[in-house]
Amino acid sequence: MENIAGTKSSLSWVVNISVILLVVIWLIPTVGLLVSSFRDRDQISASGWWLSPFAVEQNFQAKIPAADVRQDGDFFVIEGNIFSGGEGEVIRFGGARSNPTANAAGETAELTRDRSLTLQANGDFVYRSPREIKRDPSVYYSTATPPEFSMDNYETIMFSNNMDIAFINTLTVTIPATIIPILIAAFAAYALAWMDFAGRGLLIAMVVGLLVVPLQLALVPLLQFHNKIGIGQSFLGIWMAHTGFGLPLAIYLLRNYMVGLPRDIIESAKVDGATDFQVFTKIVLPLSFPALASFAIFQFLWTWNDLLVAKVFLPSNSESWVMTVKIADDLLGSRGGDWGILAAAAFISIAVPLIVFFTMQRYLVRGLLAGSVK
Amino acid sequence: MSPLVQGIITVIIGVGGCVGYFFLSNLILDKVIFPARGDNPGININRANLVRPWLFLFPAMAALGLYLVYPVVGSFWRSLYNRSGDEFIGFGNYTTMFSDDGFQTALFNNFLWVLVVPASATFFGLLVAQLTDRLKWGNIAKSLIFMPMAISFVGASLIWKFVYANNADIGLINAIRDFFGASEPLDVLQLRFWNNFFLMFILVWIQTGFAMVILSAALRGIPEETIEAAIIDGANPFQVFFKIKVPQIMGTIVVVWTTITILVLKVFDIVYTMTGGNFGTEILPSYMMSYMFRDDGRATAVAFVIMIIVLPVMVWNIRQARAEMR
Repeated sequence: MENIAGTKSSLSWVVNISVILLVVIWLIPTVGLLVSSFRDRDQISASGWWLSPFAVEQNFQAKIPAADVRQDGDFFVIEGNIFSGGEGEVIRFGGARSNPTANAAGETAELTRDRSLTLQANGDFVYRSPREIKRDPSVYYSTATPPEFSMDNYETIMFSNNMDIAFINTLTVTIPATIIPILIAAFAAYALAWMDFAGRGLLIAMVVGLLVVPLQLALVPLLQFHNKIGIGQSFLGIWMAHTGFGLPLAIYLLRNYMVGLPRDIIESAKVDGATDFQVFTKIVLPLSFPALASFAIFQFLWTWNDLLVAKVFLPSNSESWVMTVKIADDLLGSRGGDWGILAAAAFISIAVPLIVFFTMQRYLVRGLLAGSVK
Repeated sequence: MSPLVQGIITVIIGVGGCVGYFFLSNLILDKVIFPARGDNPGININRANLVRPWLFLFPAMAALGLYLVYPVVGSFWRSLYNRSGDEFIGFGNYTTMFSDDGFQTALFNNFLWVLVVPASATFFGLLVAQLTDRLKWGNIAKSLIFMPMAISFVGASLIWKFVYANNADIGLINAIRDFFGASEPLDVLQLRFWNNFFLMFILVWIQTGFAMVILSAALRGIPEETIEAAIIDGANPFQVFFKIKVPQIMGTIVVVWTTITILVLKVFDIVYTMTGGNFGTEILPSYMMSYMFRDDGRATAVAFVIMIIVLPVMVWNIRQARAEMR
C-alpha cells in the first residue's frame, strides 16, 4: 500500500505527532503513579512528580544550642553552623514558625523582643539576644535536597499495612475462579458446537443473552442462597459466584472457536471409532488451546480486578480483604493524604495484571476479536 | 488453614471432580445404561448419543441457571418485598425509588455516562486504529494505549486521583492551572455536573484500547480493492476514511458501541472509589451498592431497572447471533 499514488501523503508527520501525543496522554497518569510510588513522602508534598528528577526545596527546623552562648557587650550571642559539620545549602530561613522562609540566606532577620538571626548559605549562623538565652531557640530554613527514590513506600504498605495478606487473598480468589469455569465451559462448548440435539439453537441464544445480564441482579438473591445453604460469605462462595458469572463468555468464546475447527478431523476420528469423549479430550481440547488461553486471561484479569463481587461475597473482615477492597475501603480512608503509600499500593495491585497483559497480549487480542458478538 | 492452601485444594477437588464427573458419567452411560451389546446394540448407541449432550451440558447449565437465570427472577421477586423481606408491597419499592432525588440524579447521570462514554471510547479507538494503521511503530503505540484494559477500575481510579488531586504539587490539572496563573487549587471532583465528565474520562481511558483493538482488526479486514479504487478515482485520505472505510466497518462499530454501553451500566467501582457518590456523581450501579446490605428491596429494584435498560441490547444480541447461525 505504501507505494500507491496518493497514500503517501504529507499527512504522515501529522499522523506521527498525533499518535505520539495520544500515547503520551494515555501513559502520563500511570507514569505519574509509578514515579510517585518511589518518592519520599515529604518530597511528594513539596514538588510534583514531573519535577522529581530535580532537587526539591524542603523546609527544616533546627535548634540552636543555648549552651554555646557567650556574652558580647550587652548581648548574648550564639554562633555556629546549623549543618554542624555536614554539607548543605540554605536557600531561605526564618526565626518564626509562622513564616519559616521569611529571609533569603545571608540576610539578618529581625525577630521579636529585639533579637536577631543571621544565617549564611553555608549554614553559619549568628543569634543575638539582649536577654539571657534559657531555651534552645528554633531556626527554620529551607534547603535544596537532592531527589530521593526508595522502596520505602512498598515496604511500609507490604509489611505494616497487611497488603501482603490482601495480595494472597486476591491470588486465592483468582486461581480457582479462573481454572474451574474453563473446564465446565469446555465440555458445554463442545456439546453446543459438535453434538446434534434438539434445542441446541435455543441454548446458544440463551448463552448469548446471558452475556449481558447485569451482575447487580445476582447479588442479593445469590447471597441469600449462599446464606441458606450454609456457605455464607466465604472464599467458596466467591469461587462459585465467579464461576457462574464467567461461564457465558467462556462458553461463547470456546464454542465460536470450536465450531471453526475442521470438520474432517473430527469426523474421521469418529469413523475410526472414537467416542465423543475421546474426540473431545484428544482432538478438540488440544486444538482449542488459543481460545482456552484467551478466556483464561480474561477471567484472570476480571477476577483479579473485581471489586463488586468481592465486596458482596467475601466476609467484610480485614483478614479476607482482597486488594481492590483494601484500597477502596481501607487505604483511601485511613491513608487518604499519603500519596506515596497509595501509589505503592495501587502499583502492587496492578503489577501482576500488567505482566500478564504484556506477556500474553496476543491471546487477549484474539479473545477480544472472537468474543465480541459480530 | 490458610486460604491459599484451601484454594489449591479446591482447584484439585474442582478439577478432579469435573474430570471425574464427565469421565464416569460417560462410562456409565456407555457400559451400564445403554451398553453397545445385547439384543439391539444399534438402538442403544443411538439412545446413548441422545443423552450424551446433556451430560456434557449439565454442569454448565446448572451453574448458569442458578447464577444468572434464577437471579433475574429472584431479584424481581425480592424487589416486590419491603426492606426486611417479610411483607409483600407490590411495586412500592419502585414508586418510592422513582420519587427519590438520589435515584433521579443517578438515572440522569447514568444517562450521561451511556451517552458520552461509549461514543468517546469508540471515537478515540477508531482514531487510534486508523492513525496507527500504517505506522512503523504502530504496534507499540497500540499496545500502550491498550494497557489500561489490564488495570482494575480501582487502580485506574487511584491513578486518576493523582491527576485530579486538589493540590498543585500533586495533581497535573491543578499544576497546569497553577502554571497559567490560577491562585487557588480547584477540586475538580467537587465541581457539580462537570465532575461527572472527569469520572467518565477514566472509563474512556480504559475502554479506548478495547475499541481500538477490535476496530483496528476490522480496518485490516476491509478489501483493499475498494480503497485502491477510491484512490485511483482521486479520493483524498479523509474521503477514503469517511466514505469508504467507515461504512464498511459500521457493523463492528455498533458492536463496540453496544459492548461498552453494557459495561457502563455495570461499573460502580469508579464512582465508588473517586467520590463515593457524593457531589452529585451517583450512577445506578453505585446507587444500588449504597442500598446493598441495608435495604435489599430497594437494591434489587435498582438492579432490575438496570436489567430493563439492558434488555433491548440483549434482544438485539440474540437476534444477531441467531441470524449468524442460519
